[in-house]
Amino acid sequence: MRQDTRMKPESPGSQTVEPPAVRRQAPADAISLRGVGHSYGELETLAGIDLEAPPHGVLGLVGPSGCGKSTLLELVCGLREPSAGSIAVGDAVAAEARLGRCAYMPQRDLLLPWYSAIDNAGLALRNQGMGRREARAAASGLFERFGLAGFAAARPDELSGGMRQRVAFLRTLIAGKPVLALDEPFAALDAITRAEMQEWLAAALRVDPRTVLLVTHDVEEALYLCDRVAVLSARPARIAAELASPRPRAEDRDTAVTDPEFVAVREEAMRVLREGSR
Amino acid sequence: MMRRWLLPLALIALLLGLWQVAASTGAIANALTLEDFLVPSPAEIAEALWENRGLLAENAWVTLKEILLGILCALVVGVGMAVLMHRWRLLRDAAYPLIVASQTIPIAVISPILLVWFGYGIGPKILVVALVCFFPITVNALDGLRSVDPEALKMMRSLDASRWQRFRRVEAPAALPSLFTGIKIAVVFSPIAAVFAEWVGADAGLGRLIQSDIAYYEVARQFAAVAVLSAMALILIGLTALAERRVVTWR
Repeated sequence: MRQDTRMKPESPGSQTVEPPAVRRQAPADAISLRGVGHSYGELETLAGIDLEAPPHGVLGLVGPSGCGKSTLLELVCGLREPSAGSIAVGDAVAAEARLGRCAYMPQRDLLLPWYSAIDNAGLALRNQGMGRREARAAASGLFERFGLAGFAAARPDELSGGMRQRVAFLRTLIAGKPVLALDEPFAALDAITRAEMQEWLAAALRVDPRTVLLVTHDVEEALYLCDRVAVLSARPARIAAELASPRPRAEDRDTAVTDPEFVAVREEAMRVLREGSR
Repeated sequence: MMRRWLLPLALIALLLGLWQVAASTGAIANALTLEDFLVPSPAEIAEALWENRGLLAENAWVTLKEILLGILCALVVGVGMAVLMHRWRLLRDAAYPLIVASQTIPIAVISPILLVWFGYGIGPKILVVALVCFFPITVNALDGLRSVDPEALKMMRSLDASRWQRFRRVEAPAALPSLFTGIKIAVVFSPIAAVFAEWVGADAGLGRLIQSDIAYYEVARQFAAVAVLSAMALILIGLTALAERRVVTWR
């Protein structure tokens, strides 16, 4: 938090900093899950999951803790294979092929302490064969517009929680993949920073739409950021309900989330969640 | 700063002073009913150090070579083994218990055998130093490689990292602090190993010099050789700490 107060690019109402498009014509893939199940040995975590997300669609996954939301994300990203059913990301079906289509942002920011902020952000470019200097140049323009100006050379431990999360998101975005898989990206942040980051992510996705799979335990966050939200039941997780958000990624978050229609859908989601956790 | 340097230095000065008085007045020799020359004072040791500087430097150089080459061998083989065991689970399960078990064989038993096999030259000494250093380096390097957060590797895979890139950018840097812990332990034990190996049988080196000085009652020079050995070890430890600070900049 300590540096956030100095920068304030994301303060509510000031529309001065609009996050930039990384690759404006970023390809988009649809995501499709058919009867997906998964077990860790004897423990069945997911059963009969059917989900669809259109290209550029933002799909939220909420559910009780430990229900397998994160596993579902890893399955889509091709980091695991399901024990039942099939997953397609665009026309990619095999795990290796899905891995090439998805950029995964883990729960913790996992910035590598031996790299500066900008080198962390450019990791994917370096992995794709770009030289250090070119990767830095590619990331540096985005750094300014992502509210990280002046922090390119900073070590990760010199950044506030919100800034670390922004670098981690930039690292995911810059990979140029059609699908972003975000695992509770703001769970570790305090309430105020979290609300700011939600607005910031909404703005980033308005400018640079991608197909997004967002796992969260925060129903309000899911309904604010996503077009549709799938509510999962307790283990073995099934889809208990799928709800359409009334005002996804509205410019004014505070108004959007207090809108009666929004509140009604949120209460419905909470009801399903409570029933499903029993 | 003052506490860190001045206090230990003051204590050393005090102890040396006491020793000087006790030795030069013959108090220690009398108490132990010894001839005076068997209990040299710090001043006499300093004199022996200066008079024998050529001889001491010559032998110190031999011991230093044994230490450095021994550590280098252990580093190359140890880190290599750690990487291979990390990469292939089967190899780790097969070799790791053997590496641990090998540590139960006393180096005192191995050294004479190496002497018989390889003779009095520098070779077997390097081998003894390497054997002693191998264990802490290998075990700590492997620990470091295994300490990597699996989530970070998933993230890297999703960001198009090849196996080599994951090693180069995540696993290797993550293992460095632990590797340095191993190197520091190795550096502390390496002079002891080198001197011991020379003790068993050698044609040069500080350990060999100390041994022959005992036989010829050159007690002052013997103490001087010990002082040189300690100074050498301290410098090596200091250089390792310095290297660690230069390499592991994120801690």
